[in-house]
Amino acid sequence: MSPTPAIEFSNVSLRFIDAKGNATVALRNFSMSVARGEFVAIVGPTGCGKSTTLNMATGLLKPTVGEVRVMGQQVTEIDPRIGFVFQADAVFPWRTVLQNVAAGPQFRGASRKLAIEQAADWVQRVGLGKFGNHYPHQLSGGMRKRVALAQTFINKPEILLMDEPFSALDMQTRTLMQDELLQLWSGTGGSVVFVTHDLEEAIALADRVFVLSARPGTLKRVYDIDLPRPRVMSEVRYNEHFIELSRRIWADLREEAVLA
Amino acid sequence: MTDHTLPAVLSDEALARESETARARIQRRKNMIIVLRIVVLAIVLGGWEIAARAKWIDPFFYSQPSAIWGQLVEWMRDGTAQGSLWRQVAVTLEETVLGFLIGSVAGILCGIVLGRNKLLADVFSLYIQIANSIPRVVLGSIFVIALGLGMASKVALAVVMVFFVVFGNAFQGVREADKYMIANAQILGASPSQLTIFVVIPSAMSWILASLHVSFGFALVGAVVGEFLGAKEGIGLLISTAQGAFNASGVFAAMIVLAVVALLASYLLTAMEKRLLKWRPVDF
Repeated sequence: MSPTPAIEFSNVSLRFIDAKGNATVALRNFSMSVARGEFVAIVGPTGCGKSTTLNMATGLLKPTVGEVRVMGQQVTEIDPRIGFVFQADAVFPWRTVLQNVAAGPQFRGASRKLAIEQAADWVQRVGLGKFGNHYPHQLSGGMRKRVALAQTFINKPEILLMDEPFSALDMQTRTLMQDELLQLWSGTGGSVVFVTHDLEEAIALADRVFVLSARPGTLKRVYDIDLPRPRVMSEVRYNEHFIELSRRIWADLREEAVLA
Repeated sequence: MTDHTLPAVLSDEALARESETARARIQRRKNMIIVLRIVVLAIVLGGWEIAARAKWIDPFFYSQPSAIWGQLVEWMRDGTAQGSLWRQVAVTLEETVLGFLIGSVAGILCGIVLGRNKLLADVFSLYIQIANSIPRVVLGSIFVIALGLGMASKVALAVVMVFFVVFGNAFQGVREADKYMIANAQILGASPSQLTIFVVIPSAMSWILASLHVSFGFALVGAVVGEFLGAKEGIGLLISTAQGAFNASGVFAAMIVLAVVALLASYLLTAMEKRLLKWRPVDF
């Protein structure tokens, strides 16, 4: 492992002030270190500040106390090495699949032609080769997620942040997308922080699982997931060690879910 | 084992027959609607004509379709008291289009600027609401006093009529831009100006286009009312002259000319809208 972690939260707390001026604590004394190339999942009950952690890593939110470092540097603005996949559909409905995927390089100064060329390659890689000129409304939810993945991966992010990216998909599509994600990620050497409320998803994908407590969220425990890679989503869930792990973590999580 | 042969009613020929009859039924319904529309028109115009000829209503006040048609033909053939009919249409249309263009461009610009700036929006929203609640047609009198009987006063009134509608929609459209989409663009690397051009404006576009449709009608109202209040030519003056001469047919004939202009403009705007919003689901 390289000496500087990809992401480092040291003793981070966040006080959140809403539009009416009420202050609440969203996250309390949270510390986490994500190594380069590591896949980390964060699970916790609803509203515990899981997504908040990601927003602090992008710089869209600033910690009230503590420090967030990305690649060893304190976060001040959006780091170009970061990629983000949202829960909601965040693709641009007025752009075709190709134009959507080309958006990143285009924003970053590539010529239109070059951006479209690169996009065509990524559209192919996520299996949407025939749909390059379709608009998002003509695609299924799973296909739109593939567009979002290609849109993010085309920028070659060294850090990939994912905020419950597959939670709106049906079970079968979700399993396929998880495999797709692992395949795209393997060999990039990038780090992933994957936020989810689905414990099995977290265990199946990650190297380590961070369990957060109910609001105000704080780190409850970290689990090492020593399942061998490469993993196949449809099989890993029947692995005995997987079942054992999910039983242990679930016991932890249940207490918090009851509190939330 | 399950039987994989289809029952006879589901065979290709049977399905083709079904589609055939279904298509014929849809076509018949379309034709019937056209016929019914013509019938409704005939009843209304015919009833009006008969009522006027039978003196159930006084044609001097309420005119009659044949007289209105006669007036239109006369205008087209011999021109109006203030010059050729086409000249009147051209003048009113020019005022309308100018007012529409200036008003909508200004509305879109202000809407985007205020929509992107929370402080400006909070400060100005009150005044815009107040300005919006005043019946703006009244301003026409001011414009006639200040800008004279020429084209400027009509264009100014049309601009005012259009501006607030377009501004309101552009502002709303910008504010409604999806926050995840904006965050996504920012993380993909968009600069603030790229964000405005590639995300905020396209997402406000459906709101803006909806308002353009309505506001062309408003621009026309502004131009005609402006002419009505004082002008040297235009359809509004045609109406006010006809009113002064107790020529009811003239008022109706001018109304028909206006309707044709408005319908043509609406058709053009719809075509433009379809082109610009081709990314939307068709049943929108």
